[in-house]
Amino acid sequence: MHTIATGNRGVAEAVREAKPGVVAAYPITPQTEIVELIAQYVAQGTMQATYIPVESEHSAMAACIGASATGIRTFTATSSQGLLYMHEMLHWAAGARLPIVMANVNRAVAPPWNVWADHTDALSQRDTGWLQVYVATAQEAYDTMLMAFRIAEHEDVLLPVMVNLDGFILSHTMQPLETTPAGDFIPPLSLPHAINTKDPAAYSPLTGPEYYFGFRWEIERSMRDARQVIREVEDAFAAKFGRRYGPAEEYRMEDAEVVIVAMGTLGREAQVAVDRLRQEGIPAGAIRLRWFRPFARLDLAGREVVVIDRDYSFGFGGVLASSLRATAPCNPYSVIAGLGGQEVTYADIAGFVRQRKPGGEFWFGVENHGDV
Amino acid sequence: MAEIPKEEYILPTTSACAGCSSSLCLRYILKASGPDTVLVIPACCTSVIQGMYPKTAVNVPVYNIAFAAAAACASGMSAAFRALGKKTNVIVYAGDGGTVDIGLQSLSGAFERETDFLYICYDNEAYGNTGMQRSGATPVGARTTTTPAGKAHPRKDIEQIVEAHRPPYVATACSAYPTDLFSKVRKALSLPGSKFIHLLAPCPTGWRFPPGKTIEMGKLAVKTGMWILYEREYGKLAISAPSKAAMAKPLPLSDYLSPQGRFKGITPGQVQELQREIVERRDRLLREAA
Amino acid sequence: MFEIRIHSRGGQGGVTAARLIALAAFYDGKQATATPFYGAERRGAPIVAFVRICDTIIRTCCQVKEPDLVVVLDPTLLSTVNVLKGLAPGGTVLLNSPHPVPLDGYRVVTADLTGTALVLDLVIAGSPVLDTSVLGVLAKIGVISLDSAKRAIAENFADPRNVTAAEKAFAEVAV
Repeated sequence: MHTIATGNRGVAEAVREAKPGVVAAYPITPQTEIVELIAQYVAQGTMQATYIPVESEHSAMAACIGASATGIRTFTATSSQGLLYMHEMLHWAAGARLPIVMANVNRAVAPPWNVWADHTDALSQRDTGWLQVYVATAQEAYDTMLMAFRIAEHEDVLLPVMVNLDGFILSHTMQPLETTPAGDFIPPLSLPHAINTKDPAAYSPLTGPEYYFGFRWEIERSMRDARQVIREVEDAFAAKFGRRYGPAEEYRMEDAEVVIVAMGTLGREAQVAVDRLRQEGIPAGAIRLRWFRPFARLDLAGREVVVIDRDYSFGFGGVLASSLRATAPCNPYSVIAGLGGQEVTYADIAGFVRQRKPGGEFWFGVENHGDV
Repeated sequence: MAEIPKEEYILPTTSACAGCSSSLCLRYILKASGPDTVLVIPACCTSVIQGMYPKTAVNVPVYNIAFAAAAACASGMSAAFRALGKKTNVIVYAGDGGTVDIGLQSLSGAFERETDFLYICYDNEAYGNTGMQRSGATPVGARTTTTPAGKAHPRKDIEQIVEAHRPPYVATACSAYPTDLFSKVRKALSLPGSKFIHLLAPCPTGWRFPPGKTIEMGKLAVKTGMWILYEREYGKLAISAPSKAAMAKPLPLSDYLSPQGRFKGITPGQVQELQREIVERRDRLLREAA
Repeated sequence: MFEIRIHSRGGQGGVTAARLIALAAFYDGKQATATPFYGAERRGAPIVAFVRICDTIIRTCCQVKEPDLVVVLDPTLLSTVNVLKGLAPGGTVLLNSPHPVPLDGYRVVTADLTGTALVLDLVIAGSPVLDTSVLGVLAKIGVISLDSAKRAIAENFADPRNVTAAEKAFAEVAV
């Protein structure tokens, strides 16, 4: 099918293609279209999954854990408060080594109530052991969802994957979408530790200090192995479908002297800003970071960096800027913009670049926020 | 009544307190369910009783899960097994805290969705695993570490809460009557949908009585009417024999209260409250049975 | 790039209209996006939707600030919302109205979309259907082709009167 569809529909169509056995989910704006479409597909018979309309997000993840533990493919979706509510169970899913795939429609965290795009929800889960990727178009949402199942279920990974898409800006914006059939792209799931009553075991039992750290190391080992798996799956996807993805999307980077780094739709908006800046003679480039966990390794040596964070870690700094400062490494101009769906245009982004100061921090829209 | 199988699924190395009701009950529950069973266990005494990695005292798969989440986890697991064409019994085995307080939401949701599983709440009327703090199932007047002067409020009636979901089967049981528990588990597992068994688990550590008196305490609970044994199959009530006898000729409540350290210092007003609850519960069930 | 801003009230089909226009443009071989902007989802609240049509890939997703065309599905919005904001002098306004409404300095195309809906008895839950007939007007203006408009409508609405509404609007509007 080749049509105009929302990011949410891109997710739902991909989930249908991936054929999970169980979907357990709870509605929350702006994710609702995903679960409504899935409920529709199941009711129409175009999707053979058991859909459990659970009574809360904490229960959604708990139900996914119970289902996934039997070795069946599992999916859920949420946003913001819902993601926060299931925080405890996110840790559980990763620790239990379950390849659950979840779409998170990025939305601001209350209070105050705000339903618009913001990355604080997902970024505040960055320590849970979930893989995290950020998409910027409906096509990328569809494609990445297919890849997510294959990556999560790979024997060297066996960790849950969170696919993030910006609330409203991507979830509700209709764009061209080609829903190419997955074919055999996602192999059947074979969970090595699936519950087997003929070979009983205790799962996640009380584990003493002499053993616990070993299990935590195993999560990190798989997270490191995941880099290679992601590369292989993205290569396989490109070979089969002709669309190529990587740890980050680069735009006009070959001779760029100043780089704009962002995630999600701001990463694409930045590309338009680059075109404007280039017209003014500023050799700008843009990097849209896709894989946040495992964190994409960027080489920003010798370039000035402007990072846009659609989030903040209070008392510390923008999460993306802090991550790049530590890993790229660089001394970025950290811009905090887009919180709670704050409108950020390519003209605004070009402005951030023109006003940049290495090591500075700028809260877009805030007057007089003093020195960092 | 069916013969109780000899096969043991609880191996003789649990970490239970001396006189623990839970491990006794689990033996009979698993004898009733057989090996094609998964126990879903939230945080509770049994999280510890089953033993520590790398060993387990339970010879069926045990899926440990977070405190609030047992029924939701079971919901997903049951749906998955059925989708895979398996008839595996999914049994939640949870304490009163994980059922009546923090687990109430997920329990209600699972029952409303008619999840195909059995939920057993083994009730020692406090948060046993963390040192005997009060729960919503603690009776009025009982001393716990967070109600040192005796609990001010009456306990929640979890049976009526579950019954409000109109499930195919609700029953009560008590560790002092293991064969009754066995047949109720068998009955429950023969029915489709969500089943609930509320199991009184007298706790020497929490209730402060000698470990050798666990069975006696359970019998006193039933004989005084503090605990009524019954089952409801598709809403139709059947009072179990020991409680029929107790309703006709109940023992005085003081026989039950005085041997337990947790009721030391209970006020006459609180005793009257407990007495009122006994009478109200008995009358309600007798009216219905008539 | 051609940018459209559509003003309506919740439940009148402004968001659906945006999607259908983008779909029709897509069938014309163009790149297109459609974005709603709303707060809490409730009937009657003013809604804005944006459409972008371009020969090349559209990367921007911010709100349309300088539309080439403003569509107003509910004429009562003229007095409550600044529907003309950002429209260049001489820019086009497509207004759902039974009679012409002059707006100084702008080219106003009026089409009685409500009337068309009522004549065809195309009413859902008490609201006349406006989001299909409006495509006929857009085709007449030249933003999308009538064939693609009809295809987009037919794919999304089982009731054939929706295509008829677009054809009728196309035939009747004076641009």
